Amino acid sequence: MGIGARLPRLEDPRLLRGRGRFGDDISAPGQLWARIVRSPSAHGHVRALDVTQAIKAPGIAAAVTADDLPGRPVIPVRLAVAGTDLSAFLQPVLASDTVRYVGEPLAVLVGDDPYACEDAAELVEIDIAGRPAVLDARNAPDERHTAAELTRGYGDVDGAFARARHVVRIELAVGRHSGVPLEPRCLLAVPGPDRGTLDIFGMTKVPVWNRDLLADMLGVDETLIRAHAIDAGGGFGVRGEFYPEDFLIPWLAMKTGRPVKWAEDRAEHLVAVNHSRQQYHRVAAAFDTGGRILGLTDDIVQDNGAYCRTHGVAVPELTAAMLPGPYRVPAYRGRVRVVLTNKTPCGTYRAPGRFEGTAAREHLLDVAATQLGVDPVELRERNLLSRAEMPHQRPVSTLGTELILDTGDYPALLAAAVKEADRLGYRAQAAGRTGSWRRGFGLAMFVEKSGLGPQETADVSVSRSGAVHVYSGGTSVGQGIETVLAQITADALGVDPRAVRVVAGDTAAQPFGSGSWASRSTVVGGSAVHQAATAVRRRAIELAARILEASEEDLDLTDGAVCVRGDPGARLTLADLARAAAPASRYLRGGEPAGLSARRRFEVSHMTYPYGAHAAVVEVDTGTGHVRVLRYLVAYEVGRAINPMLVEGQLRGGVAQGIGGTLLEEFRYDEQGQPQAITFVEYRLPTAAEIPPVDVLLSQDAPSPGNPLGVMGAGEGGINAVGAAVANAVRDALGLPGSVGELPLTPARVTALCALCARQGGHA
Amino acid sequence: MKDRHEIRLTVNGREHELAVEARRTLADVLRHDLGYTGTHLGCEHGICGACTVILDDLPVRACLVFGVQADGAQVRTVEGLADGDQLSDLQQAFSDHHALQCGFCTPGFLMLAEAYLSEDAAPLTEEQARDLVAANLCRCTGYQGIIDAIVATARARHKPWPSP
Repeated sequence: MGIGARLPRLEDPRLLRGRGRFGDDISAPGQLWARIVRSPSAHGHVRALDVTQAIKAPGIAAAVTADDLPGRPVIPVRLAVAGTDLSAFLQPVLASDTVRYVGEPLAVLVGDDPYACEDAAELVEIDIAGRPAVLDARNAPDERHTAAELTRGYGDVDGAFARARHVVRIELAVGRHSGVPLEPRCLLAVPGPDRGTLDIFGMTKVPVWNRDLLADMLGVDETLIRAHAIDAGGGFGVRGEFYPEDFLIPWLAMKTGRPVKWAEDRAEHLVAVNHSRQQYHRVAAAFDTGGRILGLTDDIVQDNGAYCRTHGVAVPELTAAMLPGPYRVPAYRGRVRVVLTNKTPCGTYRAPGRFEGTAAREHLLDVAATQLGVDPVELRERNLLSRAEMPHQRPVSTLGTELILDTGDYPALLAAAVKEADRLGYRAQAAGRTGSWRRGFGLAMFVEKSGLGPQETADVSVSRSGAVHVYSGGTSVGQGIETVLAQITADALGVDPRAVRVVAGDTAAQPFGSGSWASRSTVVGGSAVHQAATAVRRRAIELAARILEASEEDLDLTDGAVCVRGDPGARLTLADLARAAAPASRYLRGGEPAGLSARRRFEVSHMTYPYGAHAAVVEVDTGTGHVRVLRYLVAYEVGRAINPMLVEGQLRGGVAQGIGGTLLEEFRYDEQGQPQAITFVEYRLPTAAEIPPVDVLLSQDAPSPGNPLGVMGAGEGGINAVGAAVANAVRDALGLPGSVGELPLTPARVTALCALCARQGGHA
Repeated sequence: MKDRHEIRLTVNGREHELAVEARRTLADVLRHDLGYTGTHLGCEHGICGACTVILDDLPVRACLVFGVQADGAQVRTVEGLADGDQLSDLQQAFSDHHALQCGFCTPGFLMLAEAYLSEDAAPLTEEQARDLVAANLCRCTGYQGIIDAIVATARARHKPWPSP
């Protein structure tokens, strides 16, 4: 039941019974509801903003604009990239003189009833003198739109291209889409009776960081603020970052002395929450006569939207740093220009920067295979780093860490993936074509990253009943963290995981947490829990030895009790030992701290790099441009699976989101900068009809050397290469000589590709 | 001046009487007036299906039904599925097949499937289950676990005798 078991999730019963505690499930007596008034214009000067009529509306308690805020606060960067100064591009909590995207917060109303607040919001008079909107990052008019320029690379790139036998270049645009969790954001801030304390429900992902920032912005001590652990209806990178509302709602609670709740609606979610992914790649590879890569370059324009938010320029930095992927690349240069446009600002979305970079690189390799006359699998085999080359350090940094591919056998995983795809009949099925339907097979390799440090802290304690409690700095965003940490604890302590109670993300219970993001919860959070639980085990044995007057070497902890080996009668349960460790116990020595508990901090300075291969079979209707994914395989090295069922679930869910971003989901704008996807009618999340059963080949052959559990992250390997694999399959289906050019592959785009193929002599 | 109407509805067998504004949705009545917060709102425009409840034997989007329209009706919500501490067969199948991750959409899928299974006890194929499930949105699972759980529940319910 410990590590490796397919244990049903401990979260499930409450969620299945409707007893989860999501944001809007929690209310406080006397609460006010907040309604954000947002900019209707993409770019303009705010000539007037008048809330006087709104504030007179029935039930409205207060209306605030930027003029009411203390000191015109802006939201700082959480993930700073060395050498970049983004201070001129940060988002104000409320816009004052200028609005820069549709949806930018301008004012907030609070009142007794959310319906009345929405009515009153209509009475706010907004007069904006429109200015031209910048909507295409490639044609941004001047340098003021460039927030940062980054280069990552090494080696003699120009020399590599000069002496190359073949140079292959493609362009690929990746469309703007994002995490779009099914639960919109929600915040409830409850001030204490003396207005000094503040309880917050709805902060997740990085609650300690957010608490500290909020404390600084409010000018209060951080321990007065408590973020509570609640359920979150999906995270995917977007939920839990510090947004304007994360200041506004607590500040209004402090100001009014009443609880304030804000429940985002879907229309505002789609314009307010971080967008992601929009990049334009011009990627090129130089090959020698044997099809081996001599050099790789990518010139990237990132459309970052109107501001730099908490992620700063971390997403394009990740693209540039990780672009070479699993290959032997002697010389590399990735350049990114981060451009501001009049659209919703961007941040991370599951596999940030890598979904985009993997799509560009792997699509380039397929085009190269065609041009070089080599099978795409063969071309990859020639260029993959071998097991003997691991660990492999690339002279680049990302997220402030050196990039060291720590372990693995990339060729073996590719071979296993191809073998499995063939066993399942993928390539045979892809060969079929009927009428206007064309089928294709696509494959892509990728390297993920996981386990970002620098630390995670965990407390493990045993209470008088013998129950085991874990207080982790990770947070629940739906990934099953309670189950995983319970399994790790159970393994170390010899108890049933169902007897372990995990609290993840309560800043009072665990004030030193670093949060759940970057596929770090199991790797870094799990390692901290493992260390703390192991320390509790040692403490239990130490106490038992004292009580039983036995030698520690003769004792063992199994099934929740310490026993003397060979003497079943001499047995102390964890409940007995917790009582023996309680204050005033006669078993405690003078000055010895009470409690059967331990706090441990796991520190790590390098990430661990899982890897995998995706394979897809698609069917393309050349008449309508409709693309259907028929088969999908993920082969993934995870080091060690704490719960293989949950790992498979992460991979399958990631594939579904990836298919959405590759075929369906796109935030489009009209020429005035008005968003065209503001409901689920236009922003098309995939349904069960668009997602095929996903085959998973889970590999545990390369335990990570960087943590005591040997684990690698599982959160992002399912989505990383979907754009690449599906684009390659569509290209194969159509017999395209070059790049598909642009994701998502909407019917209009695919129809245009079919026409292009017809002119150039492809299959279609 | 609010336009209030007295309504009476039965939720999971329990009768409630309250006064609601004409424009108040059934979802808000259930969640905020009566405390059945298991019914979730994911889009409030009838696409995602997270708010699906069973209204007089039919699955409906509670965001597209006004509270006044439920006057005199029988409503079943996710809170009514389990028998005390005992999960229903469908709920248990969702856990067994890892049909949920964040769990936010789960009540809607459960009520959608329960309405279907209550009406038609015949086993359904994977394709039929996929068609059914395509009515609602899940952002975490990729749907396969949900489909498997519904197929397994339908098969088990159809057995003429209890399994050993």
